[in-house]
Amino acid sequence: MLYDALIGPFTEFEFMRRALAAVIALALAGAPIGVFLMLRRMSLVGDAMAHAILPGAAVGFLLSGLNLFAMTAGGLIAGFAVAILAGVVARSTGLKEDASLATFYLASLALGVTIVSIKGTNIDLLHVLFGNILAMDDQTLLVVAFNATITLLVLAVIYRPLVIESVDPLFLRTVSRAGGPAHLVFLALVVINLVNGFQALGTLLAVGLMILPAGIARFWSRDLTAMICIAVVAAAVSGYAGLVLSFQTRVPSGPAIILVATVLYVVSVLFGRVGGILRQLFPGRHLEA
Amino acid sequence: MAALHFHNVTLGYDRHPAVHHLGGKIALGSLVAVIGPNGAGKSTLLRGIVGILRPLDGSIHLGGLDSKDIAYLPQSAEIDRSFPISVFDFVSTGLWRAAGLFGGIGKAARDKILRAIGSVGLNGFENRPIGTLSGGQMQRVLFARVLLQDASLIVLDEPFNAIDSKTTADLLALVKHWHAEGRTVLAALHDLEMVRNHFSETLVLARGPVAWGPTAEVLTPENLLVAMRMCEAFDDSAAACGEDGRFQAA
Repeated sequence: MLYDALIGPFTEFEFMRRALAAVIALALAGAPIGVFLMLRRMSLVGDAMAHAILPGAAVGFLLSGLNLFAMTAGGLIAGFAVAILAGVVARSTGLKEDASLATFYLASLALGVTIVSIKGTNIDLLHVLFGNILAMDDQTLLVVAFNATITLLVLAVIYRPLVIESVDPLFLRTVSRAGGPAHLVFLALVVINLVNGFQALGTLLAVGLMILPAGIARFWSRDLTAMICIAVVAAAVSGYAGLVLSFQTRVPSGPAIILVATVLYVVSVLFGRVGGILRQLFPGRHLEA
Repeated sequence: MAALHFHNVTLGYDRHPAVHHLGGKIALGSLVAVIGPNGAGKSTLLRGIVGILRPLDGSIHLGGLDSKDIAYLPQSAEIDRSFPISVFDFVSTGLWRAAGLFGGIGKAARDKILRAIGSVGLNGFENRPIGTLSGGQMQRVLFARVLLQDASLIVLDEPFNAIDSKTTADLLALVKHWHAEGRTVLAALHDLEMVRNHFSETLVLARGPVAWGPTAEVLTPENLLVAMRMCEAFDDSAAACGEDGRFQAA
């Protein structure tokens, strides 16, 4: 019975196995990126970027139909363009990064909706907005795994300057010129992972599997390494449980995954060891020293 | 040998000078206080020296020093205290010059970090997140990082602001220790008593140099009065400046 509910779907159906593999790849790469997005106060930047990749994906779709390679390439180009333009404008003028990004992503989103509405049908629009993790073919799965691998390798390379730039940017500027490039590379990783999640969860929810696990991790640890591990586990668990939920109840898979993550998030807010609400209401007797 | 050489330097923002026409040298190994009222350009000058602000005019020569030989402690550090990082890891970033992007931090480096934390009186704080420290403890942490940077030029921007007397005394002892080791130390300060007692050389700044030299000769009521009268406001309709260095240090 329990086996049928929790493991059966994956032994029985290949599309479920593919979906599980995809969601674990997304968790491994996306969750660490999400932790840095959160710590750098860029959670909403991630959301904005998700909208920014829309016109690129739409152009890819216009040129070659529902070909995920073309849509991915288009999304990457649009996302990089917006990320780099916004980053360069923020760094070379006094304008804050969020303001310049808002400008570029709004322009990009307007362009994307225009392009989709010129040629697309309602079904296409739904696919673009919410993705379909249950329709992964071999090629798409390979792209997702490849992107995840690249993300982890590159993150390892920029890890040190990225951490220092997050804590004390002025210090990094006085000892090294690595801060600027590290920031731009990080934005590129954000884009890669958004496009990655876009295949499975769509533009609107792609950022969810990055930000929600990071938010969950914040309530369980004060240590960066531990937070990253917790976020990865939370994302993978959400992905797995969301797929099971989707399979048993016919809720669409993308929203199911994000809803499970939301439940974990609410539990963390209530019961989290670090700053959870229950901990604050009932902190226990104060210590001796 | 000069650690720093100012050639008619003008520093400022949006073409408006905050430090006007400064010329002179800072000798290797000297201990220099920079004083002046708020808005005098002290922080601006220090930002120019460490290279995060480019001069509007003139130039600053570092006498063979690389920017990596400078340790800089800004006045209002843009430190994100909520970031989950321990005192140990934070202080260890002072080893950037040795470790860089990928260099490992081995046993010897670990001992060095622990010694630096110990010498600012924070033994036992190694694993505390920086977000849990008091203002004075955080300032000690920042001094520990400067210590690790092992720089030949140390630039401190109002390092004793809002710090209690015990902490000030401890950190001032560290500054004097750096001086004794032959490092060049430059500090923007407000406490004239401290400057008189501990700093051999003083630059009085008020949008431009007012006086510069041995502390006893420079710290006169007349010079301080001139500095006090400085006008802080930018004149938006100011004409382009044609004046050449109106003041040179001895």
